[in-house]
Order: sequence, then structure tokens, then C-alpha cells
Amino acid sequence: MTWRNKWLQLAILAIAIAVLPLFFPSGYYYRVGALIFVNALAVVGLVILIGYAGQISLGHAGFAGIGAYACALAPEHLGLHPALSPVLGAVVSGVLALLIGRPILRLKGYYLAVATLGFGILVSMVLTNERALTGGPDGMQVADLGLRAVLRDLGWRLSGGEFWYGASGIVLVLGAWIALNLFDSPTGRAMRALHGSEVAAATVGVDVARQKLRAFVISAVYASVAGSLLALQNGYITPDVAGFLHSVEMVTMAVLGGVGSVLGATLGAAILTLLPQVLTVFAEYEQLVLGAVMILVMIFLPQGLLPSIARRLRGRDE
Amino acid sequence: MSLLVVDGLGITFGGLKAVDDVSFAVAPGEIVSVIGPNGAGKTTLFNMISGIYRPGRGRVSLNGTDVTETPPHKLAEMGLSRTFQNLQIFQDMTVLDNVLAGYHLTERGSIWADLLALGSMRRRADKAREGARGLLARVRLDKAAEQMAGNLSYGALKRLEIARALALGPKILLLDEPAAGCNAVESEEIDRLIAELAAAGIAILLVEHDMKMVMRISNHIVVLDHGEKIAEGDPATVSRDPQVIAAYLGTENAEGAHADG
Repeated sequence: MTWRNKWLQLAILAIAIAVLPLFFPSGYYYRVGALIFVNALAVVGLVILIGYAGQISLGHAGFAGIGAYACALAPEHLGLHPALSPVLGAVVSGVLALLIGRPILRLKGYYLAVATLGFGILVSMVLTNERALTGGPDGMQVADLGLRAVLRDLGWRLSGGEFWYGASGIVLVLGAWIALNLFDSPTGRAMRALHGSEVAAATVGVDVARQKLRAFVISAVYASVAGSLLALQNGYITPDVAGFLHSVEMVTMAVLGGVGSVLGATLGAAILTLLPQVLTVFAEYEQLVLGAVMILVMIFLPQGLLPSIARRLRGRDE
Repeated sequence: MSLLVVDGLGITFGGLKAVDDVSFAVAPGEIVSVIGPNGAGKTTLFNMISGIYRPGRGRVSLNGTDVTETPPHKLAEMGLSRTFQNLQIFQDMTVLDNVLAGYHLTERGSIWADLLALGSMRRRADKAREGARGLLARVRLDKAAEQMAGNLSYGALKRLEIARALALGPKILLLDEPAAGCNAVESEEIDRLIAELAAAGIAILLVEHDMKMVMRISNHIVVLDHGEKIAEGDPATVSRDPQVIAAYLGTENAEGAHADG
């Protein structure tokens, strides 16, 4: 079980983040890396919801949208410092998840998927149609975090790409640390137990509804923070961040990498963020190749990339 | 005084009376067995007592409190624990984690401590881990602690379920066919374990097809047929009851003969 070991996983992640820039051919890749980390953060949240607690959501982009628009709207309308906007977004997402999660999580399987899907669509419609506030489908500017300027004053000159690569990387490691803590904690065990058998979990005293709700709220906060980081690093945001496709993309990243594994989630996010960049040479066949890759992975490595590879490696050792 | 009192319990599925007007009581340290042919309603009765099904009629009380409508996780807090006939194991968790899940009520605490791996969480978890290892040793699964539960044999999973159920520190334990699928040695071990638990003051309610075991360890036997209680009493009385012989023992001569031999 060494690959599940918390510190080993965190070390691998941190070292990868620190070492990869040595191989970057150009500054552009810092941007790509930052985008991977932001996606990975949201997917780590889904690992808690899907991988630990066994619940599905097709609406998590809705929470990413809330986090993103909190950064776009709060500094202008509430006078909140841009650095505090992600916190506001996370609080709003968490409270909203708490409110809608209670009735929604009574549903199972595809009923739950459809209900969460509805939530995501709702958020994305509000963001698209409240033109006066959100600028509608054209999107809106996001105020700068200001942290880079502070670092510059301290004599640390970073490009936008470098700064966001580092900042998103740090937040991702932090998010992974929290998710791994949860895995091997009483709450995480309760979540994994209800995933295995709701009836048995209930008979050992697990309040199944409460633990599902916790997983939902925690994963919503992850998605929200990821949305905030995306908005801040792009300096611009459109309702697409809350769109259905983004929700599906997140779930696909989680499933591709291995839905029970934090490192796997990061790998899944990296692959699905990079593939479109690589596949631009195929132009209109990009989606086709993407779809084919996913089908093949699901057929041959149904556990997801990382757990399947880990299992195979272990099998060879024995 | 009785710990568990079942009074006139009944449930109907689509017009069929699965369990009808069943009453009995279990005292601390007592082993009460529920027997009856397949489909007699034994597991349904268990599911009603443990809060998984809501009874159509009747009452269940635990330690003098009416728990008829109480959900399973609340019953667990009140000291009722159970195992399942069709194993309900957390397959993708390790053997140790399965038992640790049984410690949920004692190891749970602040969610913040869990998310940030604070010392308070680690202390709670370490204490539970110590207890869980002890229980695994008791059911001879200590060597398999780090294995995935899904890889265990059927007999081992049965014992794992018992260990998990014991992790709650129950006052009453419902065992649904704990010896099913176990070999003679394993069943004797389970037999001994049940007797030990009862001697320690835990009330045991048992569903079991192994008549030899039932007759040997039960203080009291309740016989169900077609959802109704047709007899009850100590093993000697029940095994002589003509209705019981006709409904159950008589129709399964082979098993009866096996038990005698």
C-alpha cells in the first residue's frame, strides 16, 4: 500500500511541481502548468466526493463558477480585497452545497447525477443571463491579486506565468495534504465505509446522510477555490467556467486518473489538460482522439490510470 | 430485566405477511436463537429490529426505550450491533480499516481535526487502531490486517464482520448466520466466541442454520414459520415440539440426522 502513503504521495507531487520547470522550453508552459494545478485541485475535491464517499456530481463546475465570479465581483461591489474573494467564494459555495446537498444527496446513482447536473446548469444560466452584474456570456475582468507586486517590492521578480505556477502548485499541495489527511481519518473512513455499504456503515453508527453532505460540501469548496484561482490567474472570466462541459471534464479527469487516488487525480488533470494542447496539430480531430483515449483507458484500465499501473507494478514485485 | 423486547412485530411486503405478530425478549448475557425454514422471515425480523426496515406493526424496545422508528446509526449509539447474512463488507478498504469503521462512534470528532490531521484526531485514531488490532487477533485475522478485505475468504469475511460488530462495544449483538459457509473448525471457533461474548454480558440474538450449534449454545429458541412464531422455549422443549418438528426439523431430516451424528 506504499503508493497510498501520505508523505510519499505529497513528496512526489511537490518534487514534480518543483522540478518540471527545468524542462520547460518556454515561459508559456508555466501557464499550462498553472492550469493543470487548478484543474487538479478541483479534481482532488471530486476524489473526496466520488472516490471516498461514492457519490457523483455533474454540477461541480457550478461551484467553480461561484468561486470564479466571487473574485470578479466581490472586489468591485463589496470592496473586498482580491485576496479575500476566494474565501468569500468558498464560504458561499460551502453554504450553498450544504443547503442543496441535504435534499439532493438522498438520491442515488443517476438520479443524483441529474440533480447535480441541474444545479450546475442553474448557476451557469444565472451567470450568463445576469448581464448587468456579470457581463453575460462575454464575461468580465478580474482584479489582480496584488501579491505579485508585493513580491516584486521585496525584490522577487516573477513573470505572471511563474507566479501562478508557484501559487497554484502550493495550493494544490495543500489541497492534496488535506485530502490525504481526510482519507486516513475517522471521517474519511466513515465516507469510504458508506461507499462500500450504506447499510453496514449505518449499523456501525455512521450517519450516512451527514457524511455524504460533508463530502459534498468539502468537494464544493475545492471546486470553488479552483474556480477562484482560475479567474485570478486569467484576469478574465466567462460563464463557461460554470458550464456543463467543465463539470464533465472534471469528472472525466478524476475517473481517468483513478478516482480513489489523489495523485491519480492530478495525473488525470495533467493528461486531459495537456492532450488538447498536444492535439492541436490534429485540429478538428482533437475531440475524436480525446474520446478514443478515454474509451481505451476505461476498457483496459477501469480503475483509472494510476491505481491500475500501481497494481500492475505490485503484481510484478510479488 | 430484558434488554431487547420485541412486541407483536409485523411487516407486509406487497400483501404478503413476511413477519406477523412476533414477540420475544432477550436479556443481557442470554443467547436467543431465531430458527425456521428458509423464507420464514428471520432476516426480515433482524432488519426490523436493527432499524433497516420500518415495521408495519408492533414495537421494539431497547433498554426500556421505544426504538421502533429509530434509524440504524442511532441504534448503534444505543449499543445495538449486527452482522449480515449476505456479507456487507467494505470491500475496497483494508481489513484493519473495516474494523476501524466499527469504531466510528468512539473515534469520531471534529471534522477540522480530521482535515488538518491534528493531534486530537491522531490520538482518537491510534486508540481505535489499538482496539481494532486486538479484535482482529481475537478472530484470528491479525495477520491479514493490511490486506484489502475483498481478497479474504468467505469464512474470514464472516469473522471480520463479527470483529467489526464488536468494535462498537455492543450491549446486544445480532448475528445473522455467522457460521454459514464456515468449516467445522471455524464454526467451532465462532461457537466459542459467541459463548464468551454472552459470558461477558452481551445479549446475543442469533439466526443460524447449524442446528447442532443452535441447540448447544442457545438459552432460548424462537421458531418462525411463514413469518409467524410457532414455538419458543429452551432447546430441549423446542426440539420436542411437534409443530416445530413438522415445520422445520421434520422437513429437514438430513440436517437433523447430521446434527445428531
